[in-house]
Amino acid sequence: MNRGMKVSGGILLGIIAVALIGPLLSPHDYLQINFDNLLQSPTIRDFHIFGTDDLGRDLFVRSMLGVQITILVAIVASVVSLLIGVTYGAIAGYLGGRVDAVMMRFVDTLYALPFIFFVILLMVAFERNFLLIFVAIGAINWLDMARIVRGQTLSLREREFVEAARLTGVSTARIVFRHIAPNLFGVVIVYVTLTIPQAILVESFLSFLGLGIQEPQTSLGALVDKGVNQMEGASWMLLIPAALLAVILLCFNFFGDAMRDAFDARGEK
Amino acid sequence: MSLLAIDKLSIRYGDSLAVADIGFSIEKGESVGLVGESGSGKSQTALAVLGLLPTTATVAGSIRFDGQELIGADNKTLDQLRATRMAIVFQDPMQALNPFVTIGAQLQRILLQHNIGAAKESRERVVEMLARVGLPDASRQYGAFPHELSGGMRQRAMIASALLAGPDLLIADEPTTALDVTVQAQILDLLEDLREDTSLLLITHDLGVVAGRCERMLVVENGRLVEQGMTRSIFACPQHEHTTALIKAALRLTDSGVPAATPGQDVLAISGAEVRYRSKDGQVIPAVRGVNLSVSAGETVAVVGESGSGKSSLVRAALGLVPMHAGRVVFCGDELAADLGDRNKATRRGMQLVFQDPTGSLNPQMRVAAIVGEPLLVHEAVLSAEERLQRVAAMLDKVGLNTRFLDRYPHELSGGQAQRVAIARALILEPRVLVCDEAVAALDGTVREQILRLLREAQEESGLAIIFITHDLAVVRAVSHRVLVMYLGRLVEMASNETLFGQPRHPYTRALLDAVPVPDPENAGGRTTVTGEVPSALLPPNGCAFHPRCPHAEAVCRAERPEATEFNTTLVSCHRATELA
Repeated sequence: MNRGMKVSGGILLGIIAVALIGPLLSPHDYLQINFDNLLQSPTIRDFHIFGTDDLGRDLFVRSMLGVQITILVAIVASVVSLLIGVTYGAIAGYLGGRVDAVMMRFVDTLYALPFIFFVILLMVAFERNFLLIFVAIGAINWLDMARIVRGQTLSLREREFVEAARLTGVSTARIVFRHIAPNLFGVVIVYVTLTIPQAILVESFLSFLGLGIQEPQTSLGALVDKGVNQMEGASWMLLIPAALLAVILLCFNFFGDAMRDAFDARGEK
Repeated sequence: MSLLAIDKLSIRYGDSLAVADIGFSIEKGESVGLVGESGSGKSQTALAVLGLLPTTATVAGSIRFDGQELIGADNKTLDQLRATRMAIVFQDPMQALNPFVTIGAQLQRILLQHNIGAAKESRERVVEMLARVGLPDASRQYGAFPHELSGGMRQRAMIASALLAGPDLLIADEPTTALDVTVQAQILDLLEDLREDTSLLLITHDLGVVAGRCERMLVVENGRLVEQGMTRSIFACPQHEHTTALIKAALRLTDSGVPAATPGQDVLAISGAEVRYRSKDGQVIPAVRGVNLSVSAGETVAVVGESGSGKSSLVRAALGLVPMHAGRVVFCGDELAADLGDRNKATRRGMQLVFQDPTGSLNPQMRVAAIVGEPLLVHEAVLSAEERLQRVAAMLDKVGLNTRFLDRYPHELSGGQAQRVAIARALILEPRVLVCDEAVAALDGTVREQILRLLREAQEESGLAIIFITHDLAVVRAVSHRVLVMYLGRLVEMASNETLFGQPRHPYTRALLDAVPVPDPENAGGRTTVTGEVPSALLPPNGCAFHPRCPHAEAVCRAERPEATEFNTTLVSCHRATELA
């Protein structure tokens, strides 16, 4: 654990804790519309510490809901990409040869599809829903993961401890799970912490375009989208969710970088 | 005044002391050997002299070069000194040369940077220097990139760059460790011939290298200087116990100490082995061409050769790790399938391998107990976890490790301990054949001796057959009963240990023997008797593959490939073996 990891990890945990507990302590809830109190700027009166939006809903509670959903989307999307990517990449890498070639050309083909078209198509073809966002983001991220894992596996396969295991007659499944997978862990875990901010960004982008999370649910991206419309009269509606988004993204990036450094150092020993 | 005077030098990384209180001096024109095992601080000392230590190092003491204090000197001063008055040759020339710049341009840059000589003449000076270090066709090699040269040629180019500006002090940090033995002798000769009145600090772990080449020597242990003096007197009568241990651990060609093997049944026999690889651009590279090898119970057979000789490919093909194009492998009377996947469990159990890099051959994410226990999991699945652990502990005890090691990870082990674990993993199945692929090449002298003893004990106890692949003839002398010498994929000579070292028949075998540096200043060996390097396996020479380097080559050697013929008990492939004997 180095300092970068502690600081960024601490801030992230803090934000998540507030996002989970904060709405419970607030007298407001995210659905409650109040036409008597539209576009209230941040104040301690009535506990509207982040102000209210154009429907009079409490922005603190909505922002915290946004943080919850944004992080949830990001983590679920990353786990989806992790599961598909690691399995796919490790199989392609370990089997090698023709299997590897076919599997990786498939990945290349998917890479060539324009992502936004793909998402819009999905949105049009199916009802807009929560699940679809996970699928869309996961479907893109696993490609990178598969490539990285495959490359690592290719080099691990040639390592002497794998050769020793093959010679003794250890089964292929055991070699993949006992000898190769644990040695991928370092790279994979680092890559996951770096895909989380990427997924957050994609989700925010989709929500900003109106393709993501739908009202009355919200995410940081959707909040920023609404905030842009009220930018002139009620700048807090843009600044607060935008600042939260920026802090979360920075922390995840720092955390991922610090993690990579930590794992590199151990690798060198 | 001494050219280099080091006084009370200490180098510290955080809490760990890399070099403690070292002091010595080097006079003008002198050659001094700095000897120690890995981690003893010898390279750190060299880097400190050049001011090349990483910023995390804390340096104390004094280093005076020609009267000028170097510790705390600014970069500009050091830069000026480094190129023109002191120079270094590193172990691995591929790392030290810029892969994107031609050799000539890299050397020329040194001259231009420091305004040495007229800019117009710099190219000529570089070509002249390259020719002096023995690069054939120097004006053409001027435009070559580092990867286009062989290892030996690259190291020559490194020496050229070090000597280009005519430095007063040349530091050579393990300059020949990465090279083949016949090339090592050439490079050491070259350093000797070219340095003229340049002082030389030769850093090495190999006492043989120092014995023949340095007037004075320094011995370091754990960052401390334990002994210094004239090379001859230290070898004759070492004062410090560490020096005694180093000299004792250094292997010599003279003493064998291997008890004669009682000829038993052949356990493993390889006949007519052919191994071919395909290069990226589709060319076929013949690695092994028609070699026979057998080993019987209780016997150790060494397979010797320089890089590219096919020694590893031969044995790996027998183990089923690389595909064998043609040939048969017979193990305990049964012919084996070429592919490892088609071999039965008993066969796999019967043949085990120990690798060169002890830590690389252990899974970094597994504990010692799991590593050594894994073969049991495959072959004796009936054992309970507890029984397995007992077997592992007993095996570790045999290789000299106690139960505290069970829970360690590979990165918590020293090189010698890791190699013991690798041996334990190989021996726990009680194999009939153990293949050691350069198994002691990465280890220090004293540790190497322990590992060799361990293998010998295992052999005496269970009648294990051992195939020992190595490039180091001193190791061959110490461990083997019979020796197979290979060159470019073919058998050159095969004989018993005594016969091969006593009466080598093939000129290549003789050249190898002559080139081995011997840790004895009175009779140091390490002489060059052949020129050039091993040719590429892609374009092996016609006739006898060794003829371009052979001092005795005749027309017939260039035209016809010699068949392996038997003389008394020696099998040798040479047209002139009878005349030269």
